[in-house]
Amino acid sequence: MRHIVSILSENQNGALSRVVGLFSQRGYNIETITAGPTEDPSISRITIVTDSDGVEIERITKQIHKLINVVKVSILDENEDGAVEREILFIKVQAMTRQVRDELKSLCDIFKAQIVDVTPELYILQYVSTTAEVNRFLQVVSELADVIETVRSGVCGIARGEHALHV
Amino acid sequence: MTMMSGAQMLVRTLEDLGVEHLFGYPGGAVLDIFDALLQSRQIERVICRHEQGAAHMADGYARVSGRVGCCLVTSGPGATNTVTAIATAYMDSIPMVVITGQVGTPLIGSDAFQEVDTVGITRPIVKHSYLCQNALDIPKFIREAFYLAASGRPGPVVVDVPKDCVNPKNLFEYPPMTEVRMRSYNPTRLGHRGQVRRAAKLLADAKHPVVLIGGGVVLSGAAKKVRTLVEKFNLPITSTLMGLGAFPGTDRHFLGMLGMHGTYEANEAMDKSDLVFAVGVRFDDRITNTVSKFCPAAKIIHIDVDPASISKTVMADLPIVGDADAVLGQFFDAIEEQNLTCNTAAMDEWWTQIEKWRAVKCLSYKTNDELIKPQQVIEAVYKATGGKAVIATDVGQHQMFTALYYPFDEPRKFLTSGGLGTMGYGFPAAIGAKVAAPDACVCLITGDGSFQMNIQELSTCLEFNVPVKIFILDNHTLGMVRQWQTMFYGGRISSTNLNYNPDFVAVAKAYGHEGIFVEKPSELEAAVEKALSMKDKLVIVDILCDTNEKVLPMQQFGGAMGDMFLAD
Repeated sequence: MRHIVSILSENQNGALSRVVGLFSQRGYNIETITAGPTEDPSISRITIVTDSDGVEIERITKQIHKLINVVKVSILDENEDGAVEREILFIKVQAMTRQVRDELKSLCDIFKAQIVDVTPELYILQYVSTTAEVNRFLQVVSELADVIETVRSGVCGIARGEHALHV
Repeated sequence: MTMMSGAQMLVRTLEDLGVEHLFGYPGGAVLDIFDALLQSRQIERVICRHEQGAAHMADGYARVSGRVGCCLVTSGPGATNTVTAIATAYMDSIPMVVITGQVGTPLIGSDAFQEVDTVGITRPIVKHSYLCQNALDIPKFIREAFYLAASGRPGPVVVDVPKDCVNPKNLFEYPPMTEVRMRSYNPTRLGHRGQVRRAAKLLADAKHPVVLIGGGVVLSGAAKKVRTLVEKFNLPITSTLMGLGAFPGTDRHFLGMLGMHGTYEANEAMDKSDLVFAVGVRFDDRITNTVSKFCPAAKIIHIDVDPASISKTVMADLPIVGDADAVLGQFFDAIEEQNLTCNTAAMDEWWTQIEKWRAVKCLSYKTNDELIKPQQVIEAVYKATGGKAVIATDVGQHQMFTALYYPFDEPRKFLTSGGLGTMGYGFPAAIGAKVAAPDACVCLITGDGSFQMNIQELSTCLEFNVPVKIFILDNHTLGMVRQWQTMFYGGRISSTNLNYNPDFVAVAKAYGHEGIFVEKPSELEAAVEKALSMKDKLVIVDILCDTNEKVLPMQQFGGAMGDMFLAD
């Protein structure tokens, strides 16, 4: 099952590599990973999406928590109020003909995606949504136009309601 | 106000932390530190002949003394040579701080001479690691390193010190010692009260309980409380390799070691138990045999300071996270509160069954007048040392024979690489042990394969006067691998013969020590006693043993705890 693991870590040398290393060392899988600063400059937040069964996700949580740099760990999707999750997709497509351009434009309107760069031959589309929606958008776009390049940010997420991950 | 260089602060910090012995080897990146060490009256240096030796010595020192072992090596190969020893300490949860030199910070990342990413290489085998960025990091990180190494589930910590951080020209104000506090690290000491109460009730109600102890009992100093608990409820008790000595091996409650080469009675009792009371163990694959068939009728109570060890392989029915000694203390309160007493009738019946398994005498073996049996050697050493020696072993048949035939009555007497299975561990570990406990009788029981993996430390022993006694069970083969080839590979012997061994007695003499060669069973006891009588000498006793002897019992692969090959 897919899980979103949120980690607060001391913002120290090598902290991210310890988390990543742990996953490869113990054979856990990483679907996406993102890291960045938080409101507290001494703390970084790492978000990992992993596909693991119930027993394994508990083991993963315990192992991450055991890392000395890690202050807190939480499985976002286990929060009773649920969680909000998003990722960003950039997709560079060939848009040579009027027809393709029009279709891409109306597709973006339907999905609430944006065209963020335009050249005579290329569009760059930006789409922010859940992983499932991003996959769908990507699928539709690729049926419509030639895809030159895609890049995805990986998931970042936050718990709904009162639950908050902070020091 | 004292102004000090980074190197001086490093030495001073070690002194303030109570370090009296530092194992190590000098080199370019640590020149300034070794220079500063000349001024220390507190810290005695023990210089190895290979850095792996230094780190194993620190490990052996820690196991015997219960204090943090510390070693200092240079950058690059100095650091990589310690890797096996760090991994050994990590697998066995041994408190150790490894200080490594590093090239200067401006050179890091440039593939400089003797540069290696020490923190990166050691990342999966340390409890934590530090790379100093400036001189004032040194006292802070070393203090944290010692705290981390010794607290919670102990383990090795690496502190990488770039050369510019110890430059004698740059002086700093030495920061006073303060209590280490880390918001991201708060090991649990006491167990959950409700869980402890429930566990105590389960234990008192069980009809076929077995206590299972491991290295955690040694590390937390819980041996006394384990004994009290066992006696109060008349419980059978078994131990992992790492736990040997935490409960007296000669006590009637003790069933011997369990697992792959465990005794018949220990493995059978586990298999038929209805409750396993596990303290400070991690249920590794050498203990459980097939996990899905492990103790089918038993509820598992698992006490461990490391939550990640609980339900990692064997699912615990009742987990308790906490320090073994502290949690067992809570047990006595819970027992008193609930007025729990020993279920005498049930235990008598259980013991009757256990005694039947014991009567199989699974450790009996046949002797003859021609060839020395390895078991005989262990028994001779046991007899001659009165069971009181500190024994280090390497890895292989001799290790298992020692675990089975030398019953340890006290913790911190048996030094062995349990988790990683490091050949070459024993000799340097014995040196570290003798440095920590100079008045103790320290013996190494090794094999002709293992001993040659760190034989160079014979020179260290001469220089620093470390008179350990070395018993080589010399069977001219890698005995354990040969045993598997014999049993599971159709008897095809591939690369395990050791027909080009040196003359170990001559080696001893070449290094300035004593050597004795024995090949007749009738001469064995006298030779062992003679070696032990030479108190101030390192003595190698090279004992020619039966090549074909096997370590038995042995669990059958894919089977349950009780499925074992027994001796004829």
